[in-house]
Amino acid sequence: MIMSKADGKKEKRDSIHIRRAVAYVVLTLISILCLFWFYVLFVNATKSHAEIQRGFSIMPGKSLLVNWNHVIHGTQPIVSGMINSIIISSLSAVLCTYFSAMTAYAIHVYDFKLKKFIFAFILAVMMIPSQVTALGFIKFMDKLHLIDTFIPLIVPSIAAPVTFYYMKQYMESTLPLAIIEASRIDGSGEFYTFNHIVLPIMKPAIAVQAIFTFVSSWNNYFVPALVLKKDSVKTLPILIAQLRSADWLKFDMGQVYVTIAFSIFPVIVVYIFLSKYIVQGIALGAVKG
Amino acid sequence: MKKSAGRSKIVRYNKWGYIFLIPFVLVYVIFQLVPLCSTIYNSFFENYRVGLTQVGPNWVGLKNYITIFSDASLLKYTANTLIMWLIGFIPQIIVSLLLGQWFSDIRLKLKGSRFFKTVIYLPNLIMASAFSMLFFALFSDVGPINAILIKLGVVTADNPVRFFSSVWATRGLVGFMNFLMWFGNTTIILMAGIMGIDPSLFEAAEVDGASSWQRFYRITLPLLKPILIYVIITSMIGGIQMFDVPQILTNGSGAPAESTKTLIMYLNQHLYSKNYGLGGALSVFLFIITAILSLVIYSVMYRKKD
Repeated sequence: MIMSKADGKKEKRDSIHIRRAVAYVVLTLISILCLFWFYVLFVNATKSHAEIQRGFSIMPGKSLLVNWNHVIHGTQPIVSGMINSIIISSLSAVLCTYFSAMTAYAIHVYDFKLKKFIFAFILAVMMIPSQVTALGFIKFMDKLHLIDTFIPLIVPSIAAPVTFYYMKQYMESTLPLAIIEASRIDGSGEFYTFNHIVLPIMKPAIAVQAIFTFVSSWNNYFVPALVLKKDSVKTLPILIAQLRSADWLKFDMGQVYVTIAFSIFPVIVVYIFLSKYIVQGIALGAVKG
Repeated sequence: MKKSAGRSKIVRYNKWGYIFLIPFVLVYVIFQLVPLCSTIYNSFFENYRVGLTQVGPNWVGLKNYITIFSDASLLKYTANTLIMWLIGFIPQIIVSLLLGQWFSDIRLKLKGSRFFKTVIYLPNLIMASAFSMLFFALFSDVGPINAILIKLGVVTADNPVRFFSSVWATRGLVGFMNFLMWFGNTTIILMAGIMGIDPSLFEAAEVDGASSWQRFYRITLPLLKPILIYVIITSMIGGIQMFDVPQILTNGSGAPAESTKTLIMYLNQHLYSKNYGLGGALSVFLFIITAILSLVIYSVMYRKKD
């Protein structure tokens, strides 16, 4: 029972050392588990079909450009798929962040009769998945002759409850109402105040949400697959699904890997540059209830 | 006099609240509310195609609901969805709690924790369909994973592990991919929650001689309960939406023997075959389940605020 103070401290230090060592080992193993797949993807994307069939080796090959050439001259409209994906995702990101900030601004700054009701309503519908309304959505888009256009994939992002909620939280912590008062006294109109004073303050939140919206639109498969039927308008996830449903064993596996890499790596590159903001952004949006 | 002037000014400004809400409300009504109502409306009609003949739409009341609920496949696909969600979620919550605890422990002083956080969050941003196609290629009979297993001498070249012929291997892969894609996100949420706990509680416990396990079990876990419930329920709502991974991995068939077919894959199948009556009933069923789960979240968050 009797232990000298020094002994206790030493024991505590030892236990922290052990815990730290365990933490490093586990974290390293988990990181390998996360990155291994992308490394194999990278290696195999640089190899010819014959090399891939011979089995797996850790060293990259030299056929990346050959595979790439085969892919862009192949039957799958990969390049137009990428252009379509970029158009849809970037327009969604712009519209979503701008109008979500605007909606949050309306709720945050003004006092009006329906304010409480609308805020509660947006929170209530936040969790409804797009899949459960997909049936009515597709039928309605068909009626409006919007099948095979990008409108059903871009315009709905204006009404994004999750992004709205994030913007609202951000405004509560960073947008003092006094600034708006001051700009009113200076004679700035409400719309001008929003565009020229509020949006610059919201820049960090807009950046984080723009990335999230871009990525989720880039990765979206369920609804685009129901809306886009013509080859020329298809996005990358639909083309990947087609790759899977074709008799894939007849394919040049080098091409398969390059196609997958092609649709994954743009996001990875963006992420490497912006990861600091993204990782900070997740926690901010999620828990503050 | 002065007061009423001030009031009218506020009112004059406050009409802008409505103006700024116009885009949201308009788009929401057209692209979400009308589709939702139309989905519910369609669920009461007989409306499908057999070959080239269109049947309906005829009003049939609750017949579509009776049809889907009396069909054993609904139960089967619900069970598949639940099983694959659990295979992914159980390791996810354990690993995330552990990592969240480590990242938020100041005395542990982990170096490079930003690097680790960046790496574990990465899979969340990857296109699920491309990731599944990758796993399909990697785990195929002649893929790199079997090549590695052959090299290690675990299996022979003429008898590789046929991952996609085994029910549990395929389900396991779907669950594993969901785990990989979501544990980073959960870790960061739980970490934020743990860092929100008053540090003096831990200090007091330490003075009283509590071990690190006791501190975790007696302080962190109980105080983290609202956030844990939030994580569990949002993950369940995400689990109900499970589609991209099993769809691409099994080419929509849910092979082997429909053991990986999820509820949304079932819905997708109805939508593709323009089977709007049954599809509508299934959508309403899924809508009600998510609504109930969302209510749980709100009640937990509301209680926390009290």
